[in-house]
Amino acid sequence: MADATLNTPARSITEARGTKPKRALSGRNIMIYGTLIVFSLYYLLPLWVMVMTSLKGMPEIRMGNIFAPPVEITFEPWVKAWSQACTGLNCDGLSRGFWNSVQILIPSVILSIVVASVNGYALTFWKFKGSDIFFTILIFGAFIPYQVMLYPIVILLREMGLYGSLWGLVLVHTIFGMPILTLLFRNYFSTIPEELFKAARVDGAGFWAIYAKILMPMSLPIFVVAIILQVTGIWNDFLFGVVYTRPDLYPMTVQLNNIVNSVQGVKEYNVNMAATLLTGLVPLFIYFVSGKLFVRGIAAGAVKG
Amino acid sequence: MALRRPNPLFRNLAAKAAAVPMILATLVVFLGGTIWTVVHSFTNSRLLPRFNWVGFDQYDRLWESTRWIVSIQNLMIYGSLSLVFSVGIGLLLAILMDQKIRYEDTFRTIMLYPFALSFIVTGLVWQWILNPDFGIQSIVRGLGWESFTFNPLHDPQLVLYGLLIAGLWQGTGFVMCLMLAGLRGIDEDIWKASRVDGIPAWKTYLLIVLPMMRPVFITTLVIVAAGIIKLYDLVVAQTSGGPGNASQVPAMYVYDYMFQAQNLGQGFAASTMMLLSVLIVLIPWAYLEFGGRKHG
Amino acid sequence: MTNSIEVKDLTLNFGAVSVLKNMNLNVAEGEFVVLLGPSGCGKSTLLNCLAGLLEITDGQIFIKGKNVTWAEPSARGIGMVFQSYALYPQMTVRGNLSFGLKNARVPRDQIEAKVARAAEILQIGPLLHRKPAALSGGQRQRVAIGRALVRDVDVFLFDEPLSNLDAKLRSELRVEIKRLHAKLGNTMVYVTHDQIEALTLADRIAVMRGGIIQQLAAPQEIYNRPANLFVAGFIGSPSMNFLHGATVDGGQAFRLGDLHLSLAGYEGGMIGTRDKVILGLRPEHLVVQDQAEPGVTIPAVVELDEPMGADSLVWLQAAGTQMSVRVPVERRMAPGTPVHLRVDMAKASLFDAATEARV
Ligand SMILES: Nc1ncnc2c1ncn2[C@@H]1O[C@H](COP(=O)(O)OP(=O)(O)O)[C@@H](O)[C@H]1O
Ligand SMILES: [Mg+2]
Repeated sequence: MADATLNTPARSITEARGTKPKRALSGRNIMIYGTLIVFSLYYLLPLWVMVMTSLKGMPEIRMGNIFAPPVEITFEPWVKAWSQACTGLNCDGLSRGFWNSVQILIPSVILSIVVASVNGYALTFWKFKGSDIFFTILIFGAFIPYQVMLYPIVILLREMGLYGSLWGLVLVHTIFGMPILTLLFRNYFSTIPEELFKAARVDGAGFWAIYAKILMPMSLPIFVVAIILQVTGIWNDFLFGVVYTRPDLYPMTVQLNNIVNSVQGVKEYNVNMAATLLTGLVPLFIYFVSGKLFVRGIAAGAVKG
Repeated sequence: MALRRPNPLFRNLAAKAAAVPMILATLVVFLGGTIWTVVHSFTNSRLLPRFNWVGFDQYDRLWESTRWIVSIQNLMIYGSLSLVFSVGIGLLLAILMDQKIRYEDTFRTIMLYPFALSFIVTGLVWQWILNPDFGIQSIVRGLGWESFTFNPLHDPQLVLYGLLIAGLWQGTGFVMCLMLAGLRGIDEDIWKASRVDGIPAWKTYLLIVLPMMRPVFITTLVIVAAGIIKLYDLVVAQTSGGPGNASQVPAMYVYDYMFQAQNLGQGFAASTMMLLSVLIVLIPWAYLEFGGRKHG
Repeated sequence: MTNSIEVKDLTLNFGAVSVLKNMNLNVAEGEFVVLLGPSGCGKSTLLNCLAGLLEITDGQIFIKGKNVTWAEPSARGIGMVFQSYALYPQMTVRGNLSFGLKNARVPRDQIEAKVARAAEILQIGPLLHRKPAALSGGQRQRVAIGRALVRDVDVFLFDEPLSNLDAKLRSELRVEIKRLHAKLGNTMVYVTHDQIEALTLADRIAVMRGGIIQQLAAPQEIYNRPANLFVAGFIGSPSMNFLHGATVDGGQAFRLGDLHLSLAGYEGGMIGTRDKVILGLRPEHLVVQDQAEPGVTIPAVVELDEPMGADSLVWLQAAGTQMSVRVPVERRMAPGTPVHLRVDMAKASLFDAATEARV
């Protein structure tokens, strides 16, 4: 169902054309695999360097080669990055940023997906006068540079008493997630036959009952895609975190940047790389667990954008 | 039985109530916020927004600022290189991936994982790899080539290429996926027909498949371009705009004037310019995409 | 007999496009009415208006004497069956059948009883625990009918319920729907573009075109005495033969070039002398014979014959037009054979070429 309903092309993006080849070694294959392997090295190199550096002690880093595996493996940099690294303001390590990010992430993901899926649902099955106009503005909103809206939102949040709080940031993520997610859900829902919706209305189900009892259970794949998009997007956010929260509530990315780029003290590259890896762990986890859904998610969110 | 027609405003009330967040977001934030900023870019707001009309003063000052000029130049250079290379590499990789290869899933996983990472992580790891004392430069020197110099992050002439290496690392996998989706979306009968006609594969790509992928190219260009204009996190993490002002970008200018230099007017004017550049990209695209038909 | 459904001056516009135009329709209690017409003529739209799924532009709708023009679909006492079955994919058959009852807050034991009864009537008892994906097309449509059945409604609305089924299943389910109607005695409004379905099922057929009901009558009446040229051409397969000519002698005869046919026996109103008329003759009402009979037969030349199993269809050139005639299958006719077609005026139709209405 997910394939047919994500507006993916005739062949799904995760499935090759025709049968697999027979001959292994030919000039053509050497060219193809050679190029792919060279590029793969380029993509893998930073991950390798991050892991290796984070497992070395500083003396070994100073003497050695950043690509070389550690002679003596140490997890000290990880511990330090997590609990002791200094940002210039405090020396709690990344753990504070991690928990801040978790606290921002969970409500933001839930709220943004609920709002956007209801939007997509209303725009598909309950069109009202002007609903298409709102949708068009919303899609354009996906392309407006955030910088244009940064300050007006500061004012709005201040008026609401949310400026600097986690909830303010949650609201911001909900608003800025709205265009792409609404599009995603609308595109998905519009592949659901309208007769199903009509049948539910004849059966006496109202707006919310149809959403919760009919649509949601049959749209789980798109909800998963949306969760993947939002978890990675919100976890990786930097700008909104800096602008809309106080330093003690900074999300992990902001703290990471403050730790690594802080000008005070001696640079501990191993700790820096451990911190960088730690920050990348959540999205990487999502990426490796979700596999093809991640691909579908970005293709669905983007190709139609 | 004189049942009256109910007020249409109250029909499907639940649906309308559910749409309130969307309506508020579009009207207040996307539309209202944008207009507010554009209007206030014509005022001399400093620490706080004030409604003191000064015409194009902020824009005059903006275009007299070396830092802004450098930012714009950087964006143009970085942007065009990034567009060309990400589409070029993305397409190359997509075509290679479309050759019925083994381990396609593995290759895709490797190419796409950077896209899951934040620009901060990307910037920091490449800052480390390009570190002159420990990174690539020192390793090549260690191999015996003592005079080898590769220190882009501290060379104003090269710093953009340092950013580019990191930016491409993060984003080409994504472009590859879009291109691959485009290639796979083309009717397989086209391939059968060209095989029957004895047309070589490269010719089929060049003359038939790529022209059919025009919409995918356009969409990709728009998405990549819109992302480039917003470029901020990567620069903050990798170079902080340095050395000097050599890697400044407009988004950084906006942030600094709005939240650090307490010169809101400049920030508003600069962000309005960013909006303008997005519109320059967006309007022709919207025209191409939706111009012909009424409904998008 | 009381009216089960009354549609008064119903108009429906989609934006500037008028899909239903000032429509009036009465359906009697227990009657089976089929809406028949080419695709896009507004059949589904009319059905959706009856169901309350579309907001009508003007007019009123009564069901069982109650004005339901602005009532919610679930409050109208209707059940609806769709072409694509529209079963809820994540629910079992039992869940599908009981969903409407749960929404109406019917007590659980009553739900059980109603589901069991519907399952028995439709013979889907063994399927109750299955999901729709595990059912065949015919089974799915039974469940869809069951969903309307459990709700004990007065009016059933069917929107091309058999169009997605293959020919064999279609005729089986058609019989079953007819049996169901006989058993339950509900009012049924049934949309189709298949004239066989219409002719076999309906008490009355409403032939529609362009949002307007062209003729509303019993199947035999529609078949034998089509109200206008459109209905005549739409009903019957192969289509009625049309001869463009004139009436002469004060309406005593039809003339087309050298052809002279007596109109004696024609069942209709005052014919009179008309310059432009169209004579409609069904292929099955013409008889092929060797001898000419002045005023009664049309000379023709065989072009082609198509044996169709039960009978055979012969295409001929006659009176300057192509005509078709149904003949017994044993009667093979070689191309080029000259024959004569005997006309039974009692079964012919005559239309005014200008108004296209039956004379
Ligand atoms: N939601 C809609 N908006 C605009 N036009 C519609 C809509 N639904 C149907 N139409 C138009 O109304 C006409 C009648 O459609 P419909 O009732 O579905 O025909 P059918 O007789 O095949 O069931 C068609 O021309 C169709 O294009
Ligand atoms: Mg229809």
